[in-house]
Amino acid sequence: MPVERLLPTDEGADLIALVREIAEKELRPRVDQVEAAAAKTDAFPREIFTLMGASGLMSLPYAEEFGGAGQPYEIYLQVLEELSSVWMAAGLGISVHTLTCYPVASAGTPEQQAELLPWMLSGETLGAYALSEAQAGSDVASMTTRARRDGSDYLISGTKSWISHAGHADYYTTFARTSDDGGRGISCFIVPADSPGLSFGEPERKMGLHGDTVRQVIYDEVRVPEGRRIGAEGHGMPLALAGLDSGRLGIAAGATGLAQGALDLAAKYAVEREQFGRPIASNQGLAFLIADMAAAVGSARASYLYAARLRDAGRPFGKEAAIAKLIATDAAMKVTTDAVQVLGGAGYTQDFPAERYFREAKVTQIFEGTNQIQRLVIARATLGR
Amino acid sequence: MNIVVCVKYVPDAQADRGFDESDLTTNRESVDGLLSELDEYAVEEALKIAEAGEGEVTVVTIGPDKAADAVKKALQMGADKGVHISDEAIRGSDAFATSLLLAKAIEKIGAPDLVITGMASTDGTMGVVPAMLAERLGLPQVTFASELTVDGDGVTIRRDGDTASETIIAKLPALVSVTDQINEPRYPSFKGIMAAKKKPVETWSLADLGVDAGAVGAAGAYTKVLSVTKRPPREQGQIVTDEGDGGSKLADFLASRKFI
Repeated sequence: MPVERLLPTDEGADLIALVREIAEKELRPRVDQVEAAAAKTDAFPREIFTLMGASGLMSLPYAEEFGGAGQPYEIYLQVLEELSSVWMAAGLGISVHTLTCYPVASAGTPEQQAELLPWMLSGETLGAYALSEAQAGSDVASMTTRARRDGSDYLISGTKSWISHAGHADYYTTFARTSDDGGRGISCFIVPADSPGLSFGEPERKMGLHGDTVRQVIYDEVRVPEGRRIGAEGHGMPLALAGLDSGRLGIAAGATGLAQGALDLAAKYAVEREQFGRPIASNQGLAFLIADMAAAVGSARASYLYAARLRDAGRPFGKEAAIAKLIATDAAMKVTTDAVQVLGGAGYTQDFPAERYFREAKVTQIFEGTNQIQRLVIARATLGR
Repeated sequence: MNIVVCVKYVPDAQADRGFDESDLTTNRESVDGLLSELDEYAVEEALKIAEAGEGEVTVVTIGPDKAADAVKKALQMGADKGVHISDEAIRGSDAFATSLLLAKAIEKIGAPDLVITGMASTDGTMGVVPAMLAERLGLPQVTFASELTVDGDGVTIRRDGDTASETIIAKLPALVSVTDQINEPRYPSFKGIMAAKKKPVETWSLADLGVDAGAVGAAGAYTKVLSVTKRPPREQGQIVTDEGDGGSKLADFLASRKFI
């Protein structure tokens, strides 16, 4: 059953209809095979991003004058949810790409926006967000990748870790240290993929989400002109953190979709699977498990949509984004775990996607700020300290 | 070049489809509908021809209010304008009446250079409307095209049969029905969704077409559905336990069905 959605506009409803069609006809037939192949090789489903880009899905929340669709987060996030309910790596990929455009869209000069955004939002390009380092995960201010002045250019050296799309992206939205001034010494740069000195590590062997290739990005004296620095020198950290507030909403929406996919699978199975001469769903013990799963998905959706509406209204939404990320990803972990339980032995096999959903859910509690970090954000905002 | 594409709004083939018990017509209320997938190929082919030169694509459909969604989808894909023929009296029309309405609508739109249809609908699947429509319009009919080229004042199609592929030419104006082998229909884009909102769609009644109510609907039908029977659910297959003789049991089964 498709999710009942309240959409604020007709074009929003048409967009969701289009996304469902693409998800069913293009993503669902590919997901199992690509996920299995990408677990063992460096296969990457670039073609699905090309396809989604051609339909305008890679640039939804950005201004139409630069090639975006000018859509509110309330609609953009529901698109991510729909895609993620079929293929988490597809929805997540769009979330990551959208995040990579954020610094230019929010802090770029008019010239930088006119030069870079039409290219970034064309649907033909894919971005990567190079922020994390092995020793600078949640502690962004401790990063050591350095951008050293060289005339009117910068030379970037260092290693970024856990970078989605690394090796497949067309550009890297890169954060690097321009002074030793802690969090006030970080600047943001757009680094094209063909820059000399840029190389990549081996793909990480992960628990799941194999369609989302993750590698180290290694910068060896990568030359970047001053014109590709986004925002003032030293203003990179607030830009990175502001971007993450929006990125967390993307993760919350994706996790909600993942949970919805697992719920749909479990509910269908519970009605069809018979034991003791009747569907297992007729046992209240199991039906209540399904009910709790549905309640978790519903609360996840409600929390990310509330944060999205605050954002769309121009209100502060950082705390609500953290709450949405916490609730939706914990819901995804619980619901996918229970989906495996509903399917029983079948759920533990690769004949059904329940085990894949379960593996994919775990990382949502970790990336874009662990759920412990989300609690830190929520606590600080609530206590005012 | 002016191209008219005839499209149909059909119940989603993925859904549980059925018939109205009162008059044995296709139940269009309880099931979500969409632009017939076989008609997407016709729309795509028209768009390709129009994009290759100067051209305008008009999409025509017949059906209840919701059938406007089929026109909308075609406009989102890139068609220029739409016509929706809707009238309560049309309910229960057969293929004969459908072809009459389409012919009247196409005459009202103005003599097109090319009329393109799908090979059949995905609900009725009779596949006779293209031929009937061509006859009414007095156009050459070149049907089941798996390849279509427009060259000057003519069209060339390839029709793939079981034993041979035929190449057929016709002078324009002509009617061409296309198969699902002819192209890969595009998805709409968000820009297409926004553009479609501004494209003209006219809704015409029987009176607008000058068609008498008695000529359409169940009353005007030349054919009558006497009964419909739901296909029985598929039965569970036969499970053979392999006790070392699985191969010969499989061979016996295939032989019993005359496969080997």
